[in-house]
Amino acid sequence: MSSPHSSVATPQATRLAPPLAGARNYPAQKPAEVYLFGTCVLDLFFPEAGMDAIRLLEREGIRVHFPQGQSCCGQPAYTSGYTDEAREVARAQLALFSHDWPVVVPSGSCAGMFRHHYAELFHDEPATLRQVEALAARTYELAEFLLEVCRIQLDDRGSPIKVALHTSCSARREMGTHVHGRSLLSQLGQVERVDHDHESECCGFGGTFCVRMPDISGAMVRDKTAALAGAGADAVVSADCGCLLNINGAFEKQQQSLRGEHLASFLLRRTGGKSDGVQS
Amino acid sequence: MSAHADTPAIPISFKRRAHDAVHDAQLRKNFRGAMDFLMAKRAAQFPDGDELERLRAFGNRVRARALSKLPDLLQRLEANLTRNGVKVHWAETVDEANAIVHQIVAAHEAKQVIKGKSMVSEEMEMNHYLEGHGVDCLESDMGEFIVQLGNEKPSHIIMPAIHLNAGQVASLFHDKLEVDYTEDVDRLIQIGRETLRRKFFEADIGVSGVNFAIAETGSLLLVENEGNGRMSTTVPPVHIAVTGIEKVVENLRDVVPLLSLLTRSATGQPITTYVNVISGPRKADELDGPQEVHLVLLDNGRSQAFADSELRQTLNCIRCGACMNHCPVYTRIGGHAYGTVYPGPIGKIVTPHMLGLEATRDLPSASSLCGACGEVCPVKIPIPAILRRLREENVRPPAAEPHHMRGQGSKYSRRERYTWKAWRTLNTSPRLYRLFGLAATRLSGLIPADIGPWTEHRSAPKPAARTLHELARDHLGED
Repeated sequence: MSSPHSSVATPQATRLAPPLAGARNYPAQKPAEVYLFGTCVLDLFFPEAGMDAIRLLEREGIRVHFPQGQSCCGQPAYTSGYTDEAREVARAQLALFSHDWPVVVPSGSCAGMFRHHYAELFHDEPATLRQVEALAARTYELAEFLLEVCRIQLDDRGSPIKVALHTSCSARREMGTHVHGRSLLSQLGQVERVDHDHESECCGFGGTFCVRMPDISGAMVRDKTAALAGAGADAVVSADCGCLLNINGAFEKQQQSLRGEHLASFLLRRTGGKSDGVQS
Repeated sequence: MSAHADTPAIPISFKRRAHDAVHDAQLRKNFRGAMDFLMAKRAAQFPDGDELERLRAFGNRVRARALSKLPDLLQRLEANLTRNGVKVHWAETVDEANAIVHQIVAAHEAKQVIKGKSMVSEEMEMNHYLEGHGVDCLESDMGEFIVQLGNEKPSHIIMPAIHLNAGQVASLFHDKLEVDYTEDVDRLIQIGRETLRRKFFEADIGVSGVNFAIAETGSLLLVENEGNGRMSTTVPPVHIAVTGIEKVVENLRDVVPLLSLLTRSATGQPITTYVNVISGPRKADELDGPQEVHLVLLDNGRSQAFADSELRQTLNCIRCGACMNHCPVYTRIGGHAYGTVYPGPIGKIVTPHMLGLEATRDLPSASSLCGACGEVCPVKIPIPAILRRLREENVRPPAAEPHHMRGQGSKYSRRERYTWKAWRTLNTSPRLYRLFGLAATRLSGLIPADIGPWTEHRSAPKPAARTLHELARDHLGED
């Protein structure tokens, strides 16, 4: 028979992506200084999360540099097929990180752009490619950096709470952000992480996909918000701002009270830090 | 937005069909349930992640090696099949392939054809073509039988009737076969089998697809679960196999990893119920088997993919369907919405070579690039990267050289190009970028509540009061 009609409950609810090809070697000591690449979505829509990332890093004794010349990693044009435009925007970012300090990115898919896709953009420019490879080697997604390089120890001072974690698909697959996010949350004694239905499925953002294919994207984000709302979580956290923009916009449109929060803000608040709180 | 308003029906109606599909509650339920079932079956077959990754890497290398010597392997395949008594035909287009099949049919004055499952025959629209020449074609795969009965097309490459539930099949059988209404799946299958049984013996010609064409031995390997493939290829006096030129592998050893990847990825089976290896027609001392075996090797745009090292990886595909089973887009809209023979992620990257980019111009955009397809592909086709590449081909100026694909620039739009150039200027000029940030945060009240497709399902995004650039400068100083 061609139509199995029995459904298996949430087969992918807790399934993790395969291990990343070639485990990454992390530096033995945490550095004294880092760059923060804030990303364009965070810059405009979640600046408080960027500040909370800075405060978390500073609390680890690290001096943070935020090059004021930064803009976007180039991903929107790259995934839309405008490769030349993406390359020039990427080139402008490359010029910003002249010291060999690590580059920390509080958004997984943008970190993935530095780590994996800049090399594709500059494959026939050998000199730039060397620069790109050096940048890729010292680029970290925020959660990864806190966990693996800072070896952060989080002291939870909040009251008991249930949290659902959403990870961006490209970030999870390219950067293993689900592993780092889960691991950080597990350090918080009063935080219970709850699974949600089809956890590893895309929220429907996909950059320009959400406006090019509004029906399909809309169906995906409705399912994602329903899954998050149905998970019994008091809070939703994510380390990817594109997904947060999409998920929070849908929650608001549906007049639900739940909102996703950036992982940096959540971690800072739970551990007694004062979140920047520029925006609710 | 479009420079080509008068392109064929498929692209223009893709969004319309997708719209209808996401609002069809029954269809959504059928696909969600079926895809969950198939994902769970596959996952159960690969409990050891390391083994899976090793096997995928192996499968990828076997396919890459076969493609690296494709012309040579095809010649060896033809020589060895010919030595085994199989007649080999070459078709560049589906029209040529249909004409070849028709010649064979006409030479035998055949009136009835029985078919095992073959997606290449769907690509050819063989049933439609032969029926136009007065020949009856009957699908013998149960899923194909159901969609043929309902005058539909397959909605999945492995499970053609996956869009239907048991109740819908029960109604169809009741209406078309005039049997009592029953939702008992075993009874429904029995009804189908009884109908087909007679037809196997009446058919003049059996048609099948091919899973692997083995160059070294000159044999055709075919997997199936219902026995209909074996019946179609052994009972009628003539067997015609149709396949794409990329299905060739070098030797039998190469089949071992690919077969294991195929059945486990497709249906979550360690092996299919039947594995048929066809190495020629009935020999003088044999009691059964067809008297004639033909193989039609179809190009239909595959050479275009072959010519480009990145796009060539499309031809790694062993047609398991795992990419569609795991695709959040396919799960939402089902197979028919694509309007193409091959739906889902693999359909989006293979069909542009078959029909040209004009006819498939919306397909590369119909992906969030989430990467689920690339993650499960048993032969490691980088489907998201290829989708991105097709988007690039789609927006290149139509006359730009080098020309990699038929229909290049089918979404070329000067307006959109200028928009991205403006975006580039903004993001390569720090002062302009910061000015934009100031304007967006200070004037956020001017953002309308309705901003097109975004606000159909979401509230309008609200920029913060101050940008991170400003906050960071206050906190850290100018850097």
